[in-house]
Amino acid sequence: MDIIAQLFAGLSLGSVLLLAALGLSLTFGQMGVINMAHGEFMMAGAYTAFVVQGVVGDAGVSLLVALPLGFVVGGLLGLLLEATLIHRMYRRPLDTLLVTWGVALVLQQVARDVFGAPNVDVSAPAWLSGAVEIGGLALPRTRLFILALAAVCVVALALALRATPLGRRIRAVVQNRDLAEASGISSRATDRVTFFIGSGLAGIAGVALTLLGSVGPTLGTNYIVDAFLVVVAGGIGQIKGTVIAAMALGLMQAFFEYSTTASVAKVLVFVAIVAFLQLRPQGLVSVRTRSLA
Amino acid sequence: MRLRSTSRNGATRLSTVSLAALCVFALSACGARVDAGGAPSASAESCVDTSGDTVKIGFLNSLSGTMAISEQTVHDALELAAEEINADGGVLGKQLEIVSEDGQSEPTVFAEKAGKLITSDCVAAVFGGWTSASRKAMLPVFEAQDSLLFYPVQYEGLESSPNIFYTGATTNQQIVPALDYLVEQGTKSLFLVGSDYVFPRTANKIINAYAEAHDIEIVGEEYAPLGHTDFSTIVNKVKSADADAVFNTLNGDSNVAFFKEYNNAGMSADDMPVVSVSIAEEEVGGIGVENIEGQLTAWNYYQTVDSPENTAFVEAFKAEYGEDRPTSDPMEAAYTSLYLWKEMVEKAGSFAVDDVTAAADGATYDAPEGKVVVNGDNHHIAKTALIGKIGADGLIHTEWSSEEPIEPDPYLEGYDWADGLS
Repeated sequence: MDIIAQLFAGLSLGSVLLLAALGLSLTFGQMGVINMAHGEFMMAGAYTAFVVQGVVGDAGVSLLVALPLGFVVGGLLGLLLEATLIHRMYRRPLDTLLVTWGVALVLQQVARDVFGAPNVDVSAPAWLSGAVEIGGLALPRTRLFILALAAVCVVALALALRATPLGRRIRAVVQNRDLAEASGISSRATDRVTFFIGSGLAGIAGVALTLLGSVGPTLGTNYIVDAFLVVVAGGIGQIKGTVIAAMALGLMQAFFEYSTTASVAKVLVFVAIVAFLQLRPQGLVSVRTRSLA
Repeated sequence: MRLRSTSRNGATRLSTVSLAALCVFALSACGARVDAGGAPSASAESCVDTSGDTVKIGFLNSLSGTMAISEQTVHDALELAAEEINADGGVLGKQLEIVSEDGQSEPTVFAEKAGKLITSDCVAAVFGGWTSASRKAMLPVFEAQDSLLFYPVQYEGLESSPNIFYTGATTNQQIVPALDYLVEQGTKSLFLVGSDYVFPRTANKIINAYAEAHDIEIVGEEYAPLGHTDFSTIVNKVKSADADAVFNTLNGDSNVAFFKEYNNAGMSADDMPVVSVSIAEEEVGGIGVENIEGQLTAWNYYQTVDSPENTAFVEAFKAEYGEDRPTSDPMEAAYTSLYLWKEMVEKAGSFAVDDVTAAADGATYDAPEGKVVVNGDNHHIAKTALIGKIGADGLIHTEWSSEEPIEPDPYLEGYDWADGLS
């Protein structure tokens, strides 16, 4: 009984991590950009949900409106960041790190000035409140919704990368930029679109997070470290690895936490990741390319 | 083969860089080093200038950083009190001149700025601080310089500095009355949930000692790291433990995630009430009234307290800062602290620290929370404990009151069960 409850808790935590890390697996994993402002794009998505709820009123409708809108808001912020700063430093990862961290701080302060320092609340729609009872086990509806949302995002992203011309261009640029350019693909345009999608996914994650916690200027900082861990442990550049790593981390955290405490569980998860990366520095799944980069 | 290994190195390097980044980030996030690095070793000769028409006082609150959310409200309440006192003729006929410093949510900055306020601005007293870490960092500075700090937030007790006045509750004015109330309600078992730092750990030590003496079973004790946002496991544990009530010492954002999870798991105030000691009117809005309605809190002041002093305070505050701004316990304690200092100074007829401290015992003020009296021995103040219930209006309504102000007892010396705690 308890084991099943924890299994669900773990998968559900994993799906939250997955939503937070999915966009990052594109921008960091595929493009190699260390974007510390990724968490702030999530925060922007969360505030989008807050604003939409203020305008629309009805919690159910506003959630459905906020999801695509959060994608667009996150994506546009990412596009702006890419066009103004990041494209100048594709070969300087450490500089990107510092610059995007600065951008993250600026965005946090902007949120504080626009929406005020105290946290705001986005109410969940009635059809997501409470829990579904299955054999004496209460599964919170919000958690089920986030699991489903994460699954939809993964499938949509995988399909987009595999089956569309855009996806083929993205993969081509990731695997061998020079050859892709020689084949007539505009790598600048492809970079922009990739960054738009990756940042947009952060926006969706932000909207989803409003169902679990409150919305505040520092919302993103709670997730950015975990998101990077998922992508690094999963293997740079592979969505499959990201999915497996997110679920593994979620399950580990849930089961360690059940048998010890939340703080100890966090430490154990970190230790496990460090040990794992010692054995497999390239992560769970790695791309084998012939590129020199 | 060679090429492949190069690409693998590339991936390794990238993950090394990102891990290094994470380390930097994690360090900066919890870089609350507690030391009194800012304590200057200069002589303790006071440089306070009282010859003119004005006297300087210092406000030291975090106006930036993670604590700014809470401390800004305390700062606003202090400003209001200073304005009122000035409009009313000042202290000993002198107008208050305020020097504001930003503690930046960093204990070391608090120590540094406290030193600056005392030795270069020459203020007569400093008002502020919120986290225990910031207070502990400032304490040696105020003792070395022999200056005064008024600290306005409830805290874990077990401290009494001759240079600090504590105008928030100590444990026997907040946690112990809350437990008394629970016993009165027939509570037989408790689950403790708290953030993982000094206040919840100390509070839970006290609760455990109390429970042992009063036949209450502690069925679980869980700590979450500060900023923890995933409570499904802890809520699962709470649910299967099936206690009569939950005692909640979580801090900040964690409360939101905890209460949302709590409700989603199908629990409510009716079947397992949660008593919180860190949720005031300000926080209720951020958590969402629908998530927390009907739950209990323990404080010494609520905006709904029915007294002419409180009506005047709430009206003045709203007129100054806007109708939508609630008043809360720490704000009221800060507001009161300035008036208490005024009482002491006027009783002493002097701004000198020694004279003020000597006059402190028995200084009283009709505060919004009711009459408060300073205890000259331990520098805390007698306060009335109030258990409140969070209403649908987002305000907290008094459910139970200790009726009389409770004498402060920071070391819990008057309680047999607390032997060996300090």
